[in-house]
Amino acid sequence: MTDYQPVLLPGTPDLHRIDVYEQHGGYGQARRAMSMSPEEIIDVVKDSGLRGRGGAAFPTGLKWSFMPKDGEKPSYLCVNGDESEPGSFKDRQIFEFNPHLMIEGILIAGRALRIKAAYIYIRGEYEKWVQMVEKAVADAYAKGYVGEKMKETFGGDFTCDIYVHRGAGAYICGEESSLMNSIEGIRPYPRVKPPFPAQVGLWGCPTTINNVETIANIPVILDKGAEWFKSIGAEKHPGPILYGISGHVNKPGVYELPTGMLLTELIYDVAGGIPGDKKVKMVIPGGSSMPPLRGDQLEGVRMDAESLKDVGSAIGTAGIMVMDEDTDITRILTRITHFYKVESCGQCTPCREGTGWMLKVLNRMLDGDGTPKDLDLLHSVAKNIEGNTVCALGDAAAWPVKFTIERFRDELEAELQR
Amino acid sequence: MFTEEELRKVEEHKSHYPDNLSAVMGVLHMYMDKYGHITDEGVTYVASLLDVPEEKVLGVVTFYEMYHQHKTGKYKLQVCTNVSCMLRGSDMVLQTIKDKIGIGIGETTSDGVFSVHEAECLGSCGTAPMMSVNKDYHENLTPEKINELIDQLKAQA
Ligand SMILES: Cc1cc2nc3c(=O)[nH]c(=O)nc-3n(C[C@H](O)[C@H](O)[C@H](O)COP(=O)(O)O)c2cc1C
Ligand code: SF4
Ligand code: FES
Repeated sequence: MTDYQPVLLPGTPDLHRIDVYEQHGGYGQARRAMSMSPEEIIDVVKDSGLRGRGGAAFPTGLKWSFMPKDGEKPSYLCVNGDESEPGSFKDRQIFEFNPHLMIEGILIAGRALRIKAAYIYIRGEYEKWVQMVEKAVADAYAKGYVGEKMKETFGGDFTCDIYVHRGAGAYICGEESSLMNSIEGIRPYPRVKPPFPAQVGLWGCPTTINNVETIANIPVILDKGAEWFKSIGAEKHPGPILYGISGHVNKPGVYELPTGMLLTELIYDVAGGIPGDKKVKMVIPGGSSMPPLRGDQLEGVRMDAESLKDVGSAIGTAGIMVMDEDTDITRILTRITHFYKVESCGQCTPCREGTGWMLKVLNRMLDGDGTPKDLDLLHSVAKNIEGNTVCALGDAAAWPVKFTIERFRDELEAELQR
Repeated sequence: MFTEEELRKVEEHKSHYPDNLSAVMGVLHMYMDKYGHITDEGVTYVASLLDVPEEKVLGVVTFYEMYHQHKTGKYKLQVCTNVSCMLRGSDMVLQTIKDKIGIGIGETTSDGVFSVHEAECLGSCGTAPMMSVNKDYHENLTPEKINELIDQLKAQA
């Protein structure tokens, strides 16, 4: 395998405690960042090649450079810990085992983006993890790392606040504009873009939204340097990444490794292979929204944005769901579609009606009343949703259906005979 | 209604935002914790605490899964049936619960102690199958673990 040493989740005992985090050099990079200019910080992040870990793999430094350098209005950072994409369970590990790394990342990002405050948005069901993060934030305030006391602690004149905002059970709130509306306390319908959040975000002010894991990488980049970061993993999508491997594997879990690992290596070596040595029928590589791959299509496929694009999928949240040869594909697809139907906010007709339609047809198939024509019907409904909606939940609902039909038609047709 | 200490907590929520309306979610969570569901009076009360229109509060209550307008069991068994849990035995979890307390998804026991709910992915796919009971996660479930847990909850109900 690889002799990679984890940096996001190094496994140091009690690292979630601020005193232990400090003993391991914690908050040293925040201190350094306060003597750097915002532009210098953004340049380092750009040089590192870091791309967002929240789903779209957007270059982080570039995203940061969209923020205005001056202006009347305050700026904000939202740290996205909604983590509700089925198959994703990684940010929770950072909340539990290394929350101060995220907080230090917020301070550095905060300086680069000249923010007034950051909101850490955590899904409502993670109540225990909300409490852990609130404790970590309170400890960081008490030590003078956050808020007004930053001036004394670090010198310089930058200060920012950090607050935790708890969600209440809505997948859509992970979508960045819905997340901002959720924080504003209004019904969290996604917003039409443009304008983009860097111009008009939270309360109409410039805002950047980043995933928890993205932010946790920032102190590491400052500490070890952009060159080091770039040398880890895939050239165009480098760095450490948290793979969440679940489903039919012997050792499911979150593993921190370089990007660009072979999918087969992750499944067979890292996660210990398939129970009963069965064959793999399907793999969803990045959370349930991402196009599924066939078991016989995995050889040579690497887990980075470019490689997955080449085989018609995407990295998403790097949540890898593995399904063995006995898996009922119709049932999986029905369950996935049920999720998107329930979670659609209902704002756009193609998404609201289309997900309902697809679910109806799939349920019919599951009940043994489907025909091969239903597959064509499903495919055309999915294509009508794709690209025709306000937010990407529409695509997230359409892709699994469209690509499962294209890639698993033989399986689905066989299952129609049930 | 809220105690002095809870009202201080409301003020703290408000202090996190430039606009009171943003505190609505935090205050609704407090209300849920205290009363288990949010009645019309609850909506009115939260609106008055924050000095925001009632319709706004109601709009938020009805959008989110976790704010219930109706009573549920004292212990809410939220069984994840999404893909990773399905692959590792969410059917078994539901069946074990049914065998043990006689209810399935959407039902509440007649004594009001338990209700069973179908949950979407709760971010525990690596420790599937799982369910949450109120705020606690129970992971890597087996029939034995489920039976034991329910016995324990019954004893303390
Ligand atoms: C329906 C939907 C749900 C999403 N859920 C999440 C989420 O839970 N966490 C997350 O970080 N990003 C989520 N995203 C992506 C965010 O909109 C956004 O791109 C991301 O937080 C940006 O962070 P990054 O650039 O650091 O990746 C979701 C997007 C959509 C369309
Ligand atoms: S695509 Fe779906 S979830 Fe997104 S705004 Fe439209 S209806 Fe809502
Ligand atoms: S699928 Fe059940 S916790 Fe993720």
